[in-house]
Amino acid sequence: MMPRIFRRLLYAPIVLLLLVTMTFFLVRLAPGGPFSNERDLPEEVESALNARFGLDQPLHIQYMRMVGGLLRGDLGPSMKHRDRTVKDIISDHLPPSLLLGTTAILLALWVGITIGIISALRANTLIDYLGMGATVIGISLPAFVFGPLLQLIFSMKLGWLPVAGYGNASQLILPAVTLSLPFAARFARLMRAGMLEILSEDFIRTAHAKGLSEFTIVTRHALRGAILPVISFLGPAIAAITTGSLIVEKIFNIPGLGREFVESALNRDYTLVMGTTLVYGTFIVLCNMLADLSYAALDPRVRDAEEVA
Amino acid sequence: MTGSPEIRLAGALYEGLTTLDPSTLEPRPGIADRWSISEDGKLFTFHIRPSAAWSDGKPIVAADFLHSWQRALTPATGGSYANLLFAIRGAEDYFHGKQTDFSTVGIQAPDTATLKVELTTPCAYFLELTAFPTYAPVRTDHIKEHGLQWTSPEHLVTSGPFMLNQWKPRQHIELIRNPHYWDASFVKLDRVTAMPLDDLNTAYQLFLKRELHWMVSIPQARIDEIKRNPDYYALPFFGTYYYRFNVTKPPFDNRLVRKALSLGTDREEITKHILRSGQTPVASYCPPVAGYKPIEGLLYDRNRARQTLAEAGYGPNGKPFPPVEILYNTSEAHKTVAEAIAAQWRRNLGITASARNVEWKIFLNDMRDLNYQVCRSSWIGDYGDPSTFFDCFRGGDGNNRTGWDNALYNQLAHTSRQESDSTMRYSMFRKMEKILVEDECPILPIYRYVNQGLLAENVNGWYGNIRDLHNLKYIWMED
Repeated sequence: MMPRIFRRLLYAPIVLLLLVTMTFFLVRLAPGGPFSNERDLPEEVESALNARFGLDQPLHIQYMRMVGGLLRGDLGPSMKHRDRTVKDIISDHLPPSLLLGTTAILLALWVGITIGIISALRANTLIDYLGMGATVIGISLPAFVFGPLLQLIFSMKLGWLPVAGYGNASQLILPAVTLSLPFAARFARLMRAGMLEILSEDFIRTAHAKGLSEFTIVTRHALRGAILPVISFLGPAIAAITTGSLIVEKIFNIPGLGREFVESALNRDYTLVMGTTLVYGTFIVLCNMLADLSYAALDPRVRDAEEVA
Repeated sequence: MTGSPEIRLAGALYEGLTTLDPSTLEPRPGIADRWSISEDGKLFTFHIRPSAAWSDGKPIVAADFLHSWQRALTPATGGSYANLLFAIRGAEDYFHGKQTDFSTVGIQAPDTATLKVELTTPCAYFLELTAFPTYAPVRTDHIKEHGLQWTSPEHLVTSGPFMLNQWKPRQHIELIRNPHYWDASFVKLDRVTAMPLDDLNTAYQLFLKRELHWMVSIPQARIDEIKRNPDYYALPFFGTYYYRFNVTKPPFDNRLVRKALSLGTDREEITKHILRSGQTPVASYCPPVAGYKPIEGLLYDRNRARQTLAEAGYGPNGKPFPPVEILYNTSEAHKTVAEAIAAQWRRNLGITASARNVEWKIFLNDMRDLNYQVCRSSWIGDYGDPSTFFDCFRGGDGNNRTGWDNALYNQLAHTSRQESDSTMRYSMFRKMEKILVEDECPILPIYRYVNQGLLAENVNGWYGNIRDLHNLKYIWMED
């Protein structure tokens, strides 16, 4: 277990350095610069702006400066929103994304695991078909349909929840439900599959023979093994849910980082692209590491293999 | 700052020497309560009103304008509207670095209440320019002191009817009444909240729940439903949607080809069946403004289009026409228009035409580098004079982007600047427009924009005007 952590921690900075380097060059390779606009920008203004942001320097100098800045924790000012620094933008917009993402992932886990277990226990009955049918809808219904549908029902017709906005708990419900839907559906399917596999194992049959209740068998014996597929999907899911919240953020006007991430690339806002990519990159590296570690903690086969190695 | 939403907010936060009448858009006294103009029309003397004050209570003085305009004329400021100040003597040279001494620019503040501005040539619409945000004063001392932070609510000091109370990026901007504004007692709204909503569907729901009282654009997909809403408005707008031709490459280096395509475009089909929101089909470029009447342009005429294309040497008895590609920036609306026009050209002229989309920044690059055949474009006027439209197509102008350079057109643009008689000027503009859309056709006008939105019935003091300018100072809400 421990060498695994150390190795992962050692890899992380290398992965991030590679990410930063690729981002730096790729964003500059894309046609168009940060300052072009529909209205022509006079040459003098463009070169003044290039000088202000150091874009008049050779690429390797720009790169060294950027890495130096990162090491000092200085991401510089945004090239599009020139009165805000990248640090300001991240600290303003990351918390709403984290809050929305965490709520959505917890919701998805709770709903997904519950449906998955019930479907597995009642496999091939009407309940199972209904549950799995719902997951097909959940996976195929896009957020730009589901979100407005929820708005229409719960805000416009029933008047129970606000249409959009950010700041209080009631404004978080609809976006979190919208965001969690496809993940809840996937969790449910993974949980059902994992559960069915475990339920056919010998030790479960033994537990049944010992006369244990179904509840005890599921929670004490089956769940730990059955949840492994869910855990292995959890890392990518957390990453996807926090980075892929763009559409939900737009529909519900949540000031999250997803929009900054996508728009910074479209705006060729080099510094902001770097900042947001780095945040998401770090996040994905961490999520994968956590998923791996928890997988190892839960599955003795992985853990033992590590220790032997 | 270039978009309408920003300009709208800037207009509430800042007032310049003059301001525009909310209904007629005529210049009215602003921070200057009066002015005089020399006989030759070149020297403007503005008198700052004694009660003019910044939102922190400090008096507004003539030197504030001088410093602000100097800042606007400094390339390092990064503004894209500095050219609006080029009417002032020496301003252009200072901006281009040909002159580094600012005292050579025709702006003087002999005392705290007087600002003298000398122009290169008489400018019929100068008092309108002084109402534009670029001409508004800013607190240069605060900008020096706070650097990037000068626009934050704690530091922003304004000259207009409102001041910034709160700015939550991507959530809302809250303005409150500026108690030090010279006409504060006239301002009726205590608080205005502006919400930057990307999703127009969500905005429409908020409007229906009356959490919003004014929506400046509408979700096009729901146009039929929204048109039935009594709060919907659609007014003519000071902007034209058109196509550019890259005149540097065949086949569009031939003006007859460009003419044929213009004649072979049925604009009414586009506005009536595709856009369906009251846009006016036009074959002219500049909208009617301040008494200027645009010419008719090349109206749809299928037979004449075919004839002209044959004259250019293409068609059944000539060369085959090479395939044409219309370039547009990714958007559903641009796509439907481009596909419809490509189909019209196929139908009317037998041309193989297709439409291709690219992302915005790539589009801008391709347009600038003339890396296209035909591309989608638009222009929205900055001030109420035809020159705001015609200046773009002077040879070498940064906004020309067609490679077209016509000596007669350039000459007329130059002479119209020296002319102070409006009848003479307008006749020159009509000649320029004829060259642009009838004789030479580097562009193909399609429709005049319409300004659409939703306004709650209890909003008063909102006047529809061609430039979609609505000074919040005049707006009030009925309970």
